[in-house]
Amino acid sequence: MKISIGPLLYLWDRKTVFAFYEHLCQAPVDIVYLGEVICAKRRNLALSDWLEIGDRLAATGKEVVLSTLALSEAESELSAMRRIADNGRFAVEANDMGAVNMLSGTVPFVVGPHVNVYNAETLKLLAETGAIRFVLPVELGAEVLTALQQQRPAGMETEVFGFGRLPLAFSARCFTARAHNVSKDSCDFICADYPAGLLLHTRERKPFLVLNGIQVQSARTHSLIGHVDELRACNVDVIRLSPQPEGMGDIIAAFRKVLDGRLQSQEAARELTRYAADGVCDGYWHQRPGMDWSVGA
Amino acid sequence: MTDTRRQVELVCPAGNLPSLKAAVDNGADAVYMGFRDGTNARNFPGLNFNGGEATAAIAYARDRGARVLLAINTYPSPGQWDNWCAAVDQAARLDVDAVILADAGLMRYAARTQPQLKLHLSVQGSATNHEAISFYTQHFDIKRVVLPRVLSLSQVRNIIDKVDTEVEVFGFGSLCVMVEGRCVLSSYVTGDSPNTCGVCSPAKAVRWEESAAGRKSRLNGVLIDVYAPQEPAGYPTLCKGRFDVDGNVYYALEEPTSLNVLNILPALLNAGVAAIKVEGRQRSPAYVAHVTRVMRSALDACESDPEHFVPKPEWLAQLDKVAEGRCHTLGAYHRPWQ
Repeated sequence: MKISIGPLLYLWDRKTVFAFYEHLCQAPVDIVYLGEVICAKRRNLALSDWLEIGDRLAATGKEVVLSTLALSEAESELSAMRRIADNGRFAVEANDMGAVNMLSGTVPFVVGPHVNVYNAETLKLLAETGAIRFVLPVELGAEVLTALQQQRPAGMETEVFGFGRLPLAFSARCFTARAHNVSKDSCDFICADYPAGLLLHTRERKPFLVLNGIQVQSARTHSLIGHVDELRACNVDVIRLSPQPEGMGDIIAAFRKVLDGRLQSQEAARELTRYAADGVCDGYWHQRPGMDWSVGA
Repeated sequence: MTDTRRQVELVCPAGNLPSLKAAVDNGADAVYMGFRDGTNARNFPGLNFNGGEATAAIAYARDRGARVLLAINTYPSPGQWDNWCAAVDQAARLDVDAVILADAGLMRYAARTQPQLKLHLSVQGSATNHEAISFYTQHFDIKRVVLPRVLSLSQVRNIIDKVDTEVEVFGFGSLCVMVEGRCVLSSYVTGDSPNTCGVCSPAKAVRWEESAAGRKSRLNGVLIDVYAPQEPAGYPTLCKGRFDVDGNVYYALEEPTSLNVLNILPALLNAGVAAIKVEGRQRSPAYVAHVTRVMRSALDACESDPEHFVPKPEWLAQLDKVAEGRCHTLGAYHRPWQ
């Protein structure tokens, strides 16, 4: 099983972004997804910067994939999507059906976690249009995955979101701007103040969700490191780790060790809870509420 | 879209036969309905139609000149696939005017096995730009797309100019804050989502709790809101609760409020929308009758004289009376909302 690093979901400054990917050049990961997925207004890095980072990663043997925006509405966003589709160097992860349409019949592409693949017929259709890998929607678990794997088209790779705060929803509204009583158009890039998103508690002060611009994430960190054997039994090809500011090196190392049989997965699961400040969860894997956690429960 | 001047279709919810009659009798041009199972996005106890009821309902609508659309707009898992295909086949046998589908695989099944069946792309299909819509027109020749409630008015206009299919937009009813078809908040908390089960914040997960602090609403144990003694309490849809962000307690995602487009009706008509949809298959027949009547009056007035159209205060008041939170918003159509 390969390890991938999903696209960076938060707004970090340029220097931090470059340093993050510089570290990844030496990290034991196989695939790196690059680019802005959340908000078209975020332009700390231009496409040329992402391509430069991609070249550096590719030079160290990593597979590089450019990800498109999850929610594209404006013509300018479609133009940006077109530039990514036509980049000529790297594969592309399509994060909506617009990107799928743009990439159809042109170059092989990855179907991202925000495109709804719930059954084999949809997967077959996407394979015929050029998809070579798909990321299982986060709310699907072992049961559906097992059934899907039995019917997946030849040559299709399967990737599963394995560690990180879950991407739960997208809106036209910027919730970080709303938290500061401003509209999206006058946000002043306030989300840059929250490198791991803005935590939302219930009125009982329990961490519940994370606001990340127009995206809502889980406060708990979804972790499948305790289920690596099951993922392997399902013939999953790639496990995705989602970038976070703290502990990425240790998280990658733990997954690598478990995959190589050098660390027991339940032990790793317990170890990695220290990089999940607001709790861990794996409920979706068990066809349960996504916020549930099974290990040691 | 070439002909932007023909009549706009008013599409109203039919959660059961009395609601369907209420919609048809009060001026709906079309009604939309679903089967009594998980194949549609309003899979609520006691709602929707079995085969026999659907036949009677369709006959009632047809006899009075209303079209019937049938929603099969959840995403079947491999284990459910055959049942969803059977629903498409049954819709074809019932000879509905169109089916409203979300899943691309199911759309292909429908296009291949029931070529005479007209296809609409459901709002749950999450098509928010013309490239996405083009995927469905090219592959399945869809006749209409229902746009997610995340687009501004100018974006709606731009899409209508670019696509080769009819465009339907939401006109009134509960407001989804998130892009439909791409929100799993409900399954994160309860295990059931609109995509998988046709429900959001399902009633079976709701618990009310009286406490010294007030009445608490919980969804699978998660506190969604607390209401002071005299405060009206709303259904705990989880994106419409009050939460604590940095010490401020407020409606962090959205207030309980309803979408209402009467203030921009001329602009929507001018943009060339083919249909305006009223949300609310889960609401009562009285609600459907009430909202359909007001929307019919407003649409008729707007179509006969769009340049001088101003929504009557009594229409707005009548709609607010039945609206979630008793107030309304233009939602994403109005840029500052975003």
